[in-house]
Amino acid sequence: MGAMIEIQNLQKRFGDITAVDGVSFDVDRGEVLGFLGPNGAGKSTTMKMLTGFLPPSGGTARVGGHDITSDALAAKRLIGYLPEGAPLYPDMTPEGFLAFIAEIRGYRGAEVRARVDDVVQKVQLQKVMRQPIETLSKGFKRRVGLAQAILHDPQVLVLDEPTDGLDPNQKHEVRGLIRSMQKDKVIILSTHILEEVEALCSRVIIIAGGKLVVDCTPAQLAAKSKWHNAVRVEIPKTESARVGASLADMFGSAAVEQLATEDDDVSLLVSTKERRSILSEISQRAQSEKWKLDGLHVEHGKLDEVFRELTRPTVAN
Amino acid sequence: MRSTLVLLKRELTGYFATPVAYVFICIFLLLCGILTFYLGSFYENGQATLGPAFFEFHPILYIVLIPAISMRLWAEERKQGTIELLMTLPVTLPQLVISKFAAAWIFAGIALALTFPLWLTVNYLGDPDNGVIVASYIASWLMAGGYLALGACISAITKNQVIAFVLAVIVSLCFLIPGLPQVAGFLESTLHSETLVEVVRSFSFMTHFGAISRGVIDLRDLIFFASLIGVFLFMNAIVIELKKAD
Repeated sequence: MGAMIEIQNLQKRFGDITAVDGVSFDVDRGEVLGFLGPNGAGKSTTMKMLTGFLPPSGGTARVGGHDITSDALAAKRLIGYLPEGAPLYPDMTPEGFLAFIAEIRGYRGAEVRARVDDVVQKVQLQKVMRQPIETLSKGFKRRVGLAQAILHDPQVLVLDEPTDGLDPNQKHEVRGLIRSMQKDKVIILSTHILEEVEALCSRVIIIAGGKLVVDCTPAQLAAKSKWHNAVRVEIPKTESARVGASLADMFGSAAVEQLATEDDDVSLLVSTKERRSILSEISQRAQSEKWKLDGLHVEHGKLDEVFRELTRPTVAN
Repeated sequence: MRSTLVLLKRELTGYFATPVAYVFICIFLLLCGILTFYLGSFYENGQATLGPAFFEFHPILYIVLIPAISMRLWAEERKQGTIELLMTLPVTLPQLVISKFAAAWIFAGIALALTFPLWLTVNYLGDPDNGVIVASYIASWLMAGGYLALGACISAITKNQVIAFVLAVIVSLCFLIPGLPQVAGFLESTLHSETLVEVVRSFSFMTHFGAISRGVIDLRDLIFFASLIGVFLFMNAIVIELKKAD
């Protein structure tokens, strides 16, 4: 059996605009795939095709072996989907709405009640079950949206910007929820928040200009940063000239960069072109030359910087 | 079938979740009453019948009231983005189109059925031909279905409910006017052809409604309303397929 989700050469054109241009990837059970890209890069469009809302202009998307266009119902049964902005019926109560979702997902009688109760436990909606959805706070609305997506315990969960517009506490809750579900499922989520990718995802895909530009793990992505394995040396101002010269001697003057100074301390950032690990070399030199060190830190690549690096050229086109 | 029923139930309860349904029904009944007793001169006629005083006004009443039901069917769904939710559930497009229409039609039927006190009144006052009244109710409901299917299709075109309302009123008028007695002379003098006039007139709700409401249930009139509903629902599905992503 193939992967749970197989996307091959997926394309979407709106008139003259090509929103998604030949995207291919597979996702297996247990993977949490982070979908990154600037606004308008084609993330949402890809998700809309994967969930069967938009028909692709070319290529195929298969969910659990079912083609999303020719075998749409079978594919849709496997998917739980939270569309961007979590649209809901404002006049309905969460109780009525979730019961409707349970019924349309094929549950009957007592099962409906059981399913709704179960999912309400999971997302903590008990308090607002009988209020019209339009009167709920943003956080509760998002939870209702999540509840409808996970109600039938789907094998594939597609979440379009699940934490967008939430406060830090709510974001934390939603992430916890996603983390608790990742076992045995395929989770695909799109986001603008790179720390979310680091915290949640086992894999990252970056889309820019409708094309897939990166498909790797968050760690590999961070390793693409030019600051990956760079070492930050914190020293008193009085030492900066001597240490700076010594570092330039070791790695070349281009490798040393003076960061913003605060009070009496100076931070020097040392990186190599090949991004190799240089901490031990520096600490040996520091010992032998008796530097007055205030701190020595290894930097890990910053995802947002890699993100900008990877997506900017295509956006500029 | 089950999915269609679940969708239909949600749609129908949706009408009664807000005051919209009650306001609509009140206004419908109020207008029916006013038209029957003032414009229709129900008492002055001295006839034990509902035809001239009551049913005769339905084609015009529906012009304004039915688009008020149909305008939100798809426009609201698209505006709020819930169409994306709906169409990624394991349901088919025909199920969605039919359930929405059917719920609206049942709702219109409820409003129409609530005019029953008039029927009781006319039976109390005299001895009407109840067969004709039943036929008239059926004709009125069928005609409401025609207006609704047309309005549902138009509602799918736009995200703006006001536009959906105005367009539905205008298109409904086009299906009404050719059958009005007032324009008969105009049609004859401009078209100069008996057959052409007949063709144009046969597209009017008036023509077919009039026949059934006189108590003559002709298969042709039933087919007219059924095919009208069918064609507009089919177009509705096509419009949704084309416009859902906008």
